[in-house]
Amino acid sequence: MPPRPAEIGSSAGFDVQRIRADFPILQQKIHGKPLVYLDNAASTQKPRSVIDTLVRYYEEDNANIHRGVHLLSERATETYEATRRRVQRFINARESREVIFVRGTTEAINLVAATFGRQNVGAGDDVLITHMEHHSNIVPWQMLCEENGAKLRVAPITDAGELRLDEFEKLLGPRTRFVSVTHVSNTLGTVNPVKHIVDMAHRRKIPILLDGAQAIPHIRVDVQGLDCDFYAFSGHKLYGPTGIGVLYGKAELLERMPPYQGGGDMISSVTFEKTTYNVPPYKFEAGTPNIAGTVGLDTAIQYIENLGMDAIAAHEQDLLAYATERLSAIDGVTLIGTAKERSGAISFILDGVHPHDIGTVLDQEGIAIRTGHHCTQPLMDRFGVPATARAALALYNTREDIDALIAGILKVQEMFR
Amino acid sequence: MSDLRELYQETILGHYKKPRNFGKLPPPSRHREGYNPLCGDKVTVYMHVKDDVVTDIRFEGSGCAISTASASMMTEALKGKTVAEAEEIFKRFHELVTGKEAGDNDNLGKLAVFAGVREFPARVKCATLAWHTFHAALEGGEQPVSTE
Repeated sequence: MPPRPAEIGSSAGFDVQRIRADFPILQQKIHGKPLVYLDNAASTQKPRSVIDTLVRYYEEDNANIHRGVHLLSERATETYEATRRRVQRFINARESREVIFVRGTTEAINLVAATFGRQNVGAGDDVLITHMEHHSNIVPWQMLCEENGAKLRVAPITDAGELRLDEFEKLLGPRTRFVSVTHVSNTLGTVNPVKHIVDMAHRRKIPILLDGAQAIPHIRVDVQGLDCDFYAFSGHKLYGPTGIGVLYGKAELLERMPPYQGGGDMISSVTFEKTTYNVPPYKFEAGTPNIAGTVGLDTAIQYIENLGMDAIAAHEQDLLAYATERLSAIDGVTLIGTAKERSGAISFILDGVHPHDIGTVLDQEGIAIRTGHHCTQPLMDRFGVPATARAALALYNTREDIDALIAGILKVQEMFR
Repeated sequence: MSDLRELYQETILGHYKKPRNFGKLPPPSRHREGYNPLCGDKVTVYMHVKDDVVTDIRFEGSGCAISTASASMMTEALKGKTVAEAEEIFKRFHELVTGKEAGDNDNLGKLAVFAGVREFPARVKCATLAWHTFHAALEGGEQPVSTE
């Protein structure tokens, strides 16, 4: 593994104003106010380098990948495969063939449910998830269970929004064939003790997928260290383009799994009588992939590596602590999700004001947050709320952004007094 | 802030904090559920229709200021109206909040306070949820109404 770029040790050396200048979209005004973008769990903004790479790719290198004998195709193929190797290093996968390009986290999970799931989960079997999953880590398993006559089990969480590990362990039964758990909750910001969870599943020889959509921008991920069987994430939440994401899978599992979609690139030979499938990762990448997306993802990862994941995490943790403190100090604010280990998102409700109205008032102040169920309806039911307001942080956010949010909330309260 | 005050007028905030005609109606009433999956707002509209007149109308549910106030003020506006009159008011209200009406909303009475919604396209569905639900309750049927 090549050495990682030199990293800035603490948030003190993290020049957030210089970083903000890298993001063209942040320079604008919304309703006449400077944009305060706090909807990062939904999607992050893109640095100039990512945008420029996309333009350069289409202006200079665009062609279809694999099998082309001309120079442009060779270049496109090389860039595409170079991204695979960069992702491999970024998440510390053992081999680059363990990195499969997909549209995003949702497709990654659907891929595993449709291949490994169909192959290994049958009538009377269990699939185990948790109460804090995003709909994209609920519905694919529900569909699989419905199709194969299996049962979806849900591990409960505490009032603070932490997984009940004791209950989780009890639900790992002799019929549990698969476990799928989020690394970080998109609504609560809870960081799950995933290494411990993976170990619990593996002691019973149960394979496990980690939904990394909300972890990958905030936490250094080492898939070999975690020993998870699958890890899924999206490029657009990692400062890259939309429509590109990654499924990591252990090679020995990928080899045994049936293909996902049929088409070009996923085959090694086709006759009308018999088709021989290609090897991983190509077996799972039918059709022309999002080549430009991978090129943009490559640049996004470079951008993050240059800043240093640990420095980013330290900066964001400082902001999260500050936001938690300031929000908690407002009379009438209730935080939804108070786990000890949190990252990225902070959800709250306000006495006497529906989150939707908070969102509209804040928008007029130039502040973008998300309001609603955040694709976690079972979690809303768990906390007995129809919706929450959610501020979600990224590397370019500042304490001034949090101050603007707080001032905005006070304005909401004044308006609804 | 001026646009916001247009949206969150005192009348609207008043109805949000103290909704009128809130609660169930005993059978034999017609009722229908409405749902906005985007924000999770839910409303159920109950009504008695006798000799083609909406003799009583109530609603239940949880929602934002706009959807709650709209449901509350709808019940006040429609009570005692003939079905044809009620449908006409719905049509004019819909034109008002989507910005399609010509400009005179005199005959909408108090409902004219919802004119500010047109500046907030993301909120039009909040303002019309109860109305669509009312409309569906008139037509009969069992399926909950969805804004999507």
